[in-house]
Amino acid sequence: MKQESEKKPQARRREFLKQGSALGGLAAIAGVPGLARAQSSGPVKLGLMLPATGTFAQLGSAIENGLKLAIDEKGGKLGGREVEYFKVDDESDPAKATDNVNRLVTRDKVDVLIGTVHSGVALAMVKVAKDTNTILLIPNAGADAATGPLCAPNVFRTSFANSQTGYPMGKVMAERGIKTAVTISWKYAAGEESVAGFKDAFTRGGGKVLKELWLPFPNVEFQPLLTEIAALKPDAVYTFFAGAGAVKFLKDYQAAGLKGRIPLYGSGFLTDGVLEAVGDAAEGVETTLHYADSLDTPKDKTFRLAYVKAYKTQPDVYAVQGYDTGLLLAQAFDKTKGGVDKPALIRAMETATVDSPRGAWHFSKAHNPVQDMYLRKVVGKQNRVVNIAIKQLDYPPADRCKMSS
Amino acid sequence: MSLGTFLVQLLNSVQYGLLLFLVASGLTLIFGIMGVINIAHGAFYMIGAYLAWSLAGQLGSFWLALPLGIALSVILGLALEWLLINKLYDRDHLYQVLLTYGLILVFEELRAILWGNDVHGVPIPEQLKASIPLTENLSYPVYRLFISGVCLAVAGLMYWVIQKTRLGMIVRAGASNRDMVQSLGIDIGFVYRVVFAVGVALAAFAGMIAAPVSSVFPGMGGQVLIICFVVVVIGGVGSVKGALVAALLIGLIDTFGKVIELDIAGFNVLPELSGMSVYLLMAAVLLWRPQGIFGARP
Repeated sequence: MKQESEKKPQARRREFLKQGSALGGLAAIAGVPGLARAQSSGPVKLGLMLPATGTFAQLGSAIENGLKLAIDEKGGKLGGREVEYFKVDDESDPAKATDNVNRLVTRDKVDVLIGTVHSGVALAMVKVAKDTNTILLIPNAGADAATGPLCAPNVFRTSFANSQTGYPMGKVMAERGIKTAVTISWKYAAGEESVAGFKDAFTRGGGKVLKELWLPFPNVEFQPLLTEIAALKPDAVYTFFAGAGAVKFLKDYQAAGLKGRIPLYGSGFLTDGVLEAVGDAAEGVETTLHYADSLDTPKDKTFRLAYVKAYKTQPDVYAVQGYDTGLLLAQAFDKTKGGVDKPALIRAMETATVDSPRGAWHFSKAHNPVQDMYLRKVVGKQNRVVNIAIKQLDYPPADRCKMSS
Repeated sequence: MSLGTFLVQLLNSVQYGLLLFLVASGLTLIFGIMGVINIAHGAFYMIGAYLAWSLAGQLGSFWLALPLGIALSVILGLALEWLLINKLYDRDHLYQVLLTYGLILVFEELRAILWGNDVHGVPIPEQLKASIPLTENLSYPVYRLFISGVCLAVAGLMYWVIQKTRLGMIVRAGASNRDMVQSLGIDIGFVYRVVFAVGVALAAFAGMIAAPVSSVFPGMGGQVLIICFVVVVIGGVGSVKGALVAALLIGLIDTFGKVIELDIAGFNVLPELSGMSVYLLMAAVLLWRPQGIFGARP
């Protein structure tokens, strides 16, 4: 797997070298001024650094599909210019992240960098983007730091912050009169930040967290901790798990007889993309997220139809995040009329309102989306909207980001 | 921790330990008894889980899927031994590591092509779906107790075959001196082919049995591989009894490491260290007895 994906960028490099030398040849004939013109009127170069192999491969392809759908709706152009995509498989491997992102920035000289799913890889991208002053759009990775302590004028996130998906659940639970809760999650950044967001809102609303239970990532032997929950007897449980771990947790929670006795709440990732595998163990579980399966807005319906038509598969929250990245690019490049002048592009993005399938959103001062957070409930195999838990949530607080411009 | 909770946690740790033994049993055979370093053990486990999911889905019954899955994995094991593994008995361990690592890559790709990259759940068979109430709000799933029973049966059977039967004697003799066994007129090549196939089938069987509680997902083999080696190393290479004791020890350490609080200078040490506790145990055992708890002195 590793060897193959290392070969891929190699093969691509050869392709682009060919194209590049062809362009170079033309420029040589036209003389130096021709080269300068080619750079401002040639295609806009988008650098996609997403996972194409490994656990997150599907998320990567959903994001890419969404992004391309938005740009294709604009005739495949940004601000009237053609678009050229440069792709690197990041393998969700932080160890290779810096090399991978340098390929796109230094070798391919992309105008805008887009990526990625894995937070550790994304933080490496933030570092390179800051060092080279390249515009970076993060279409998934939720690490709070990217729009917190590590924020930068040229770094934007079109998805969510980890704590942003936990905070609304804390508010909802406190408002329901739930007095005590136990949290359970993996001991890694996403889990810790999600639980911190939840705890912030829950304790502010008068609730008390009896105990925070943690497992080392990606351990899935939940039984001892479920026993602990039964002994602590909280009013409710808040949890952050995702993927296969979420499937097992929901099933174990039901098998331990806790479901129905101690209500289970969570960040939306607990029940996204896993409902087929979980079966009835997820029924009735409520979560908060910035998207849901049955939003029923005209914008969402149009998007879902177009996505299914283009890719023959149902879109998910990751596809929406990719789509929004495309919408944002389209809007920003329209405003600069295809120009890649950085301050102008950054200004255009900062002032943009993205009319997304998830509902309209804009950037906070820290460049994280200020967006509606939905309370959803699992009914059948769907995450149905119950209501909007918090309208236009700006969280984590933007003052954690000290931007230097 | 109240006495009731303590007893439930004890049950949890024994149950987890037995599951670990089942998952590691195939490796005990192939690595522990045959002496072949088999990094692909986790891949066989994953194949078993996917077989359980896909066969149970198509046949409509977990109980029909089990024997068919076992038969398929025995065939896979025989084929692999015949094609690849038997070339490596005389070679250095490093060749075995390389080959079986290659097998992981091959099987992961095949899995992606055949079954895709989705997470799947295997429903618990109807007969074992119930839960037994333990405390006022906690029940114990019957299926987990069933797994424990299966583990004990496998452990007993393995111990008996390896320690008490002629076949077991030949296998153990072959592990220490192949040529000598061969010259005594025993077709050691054939015996090893069968033993390897049984090892593969055990790994796949563990995957099938564990599938309803662990769910089925890409890369699941990698998660169990390391802990399996830890079980065999702590228990002592070549000892079924050792593997069982080691698995139970790890179950205890892992379970109580997650829930006991141990404050040192106001800093809560134990849950923070729970990810490491198993490896600390391994380090301690290796310092005390480098050959493992029940390992023969080298």
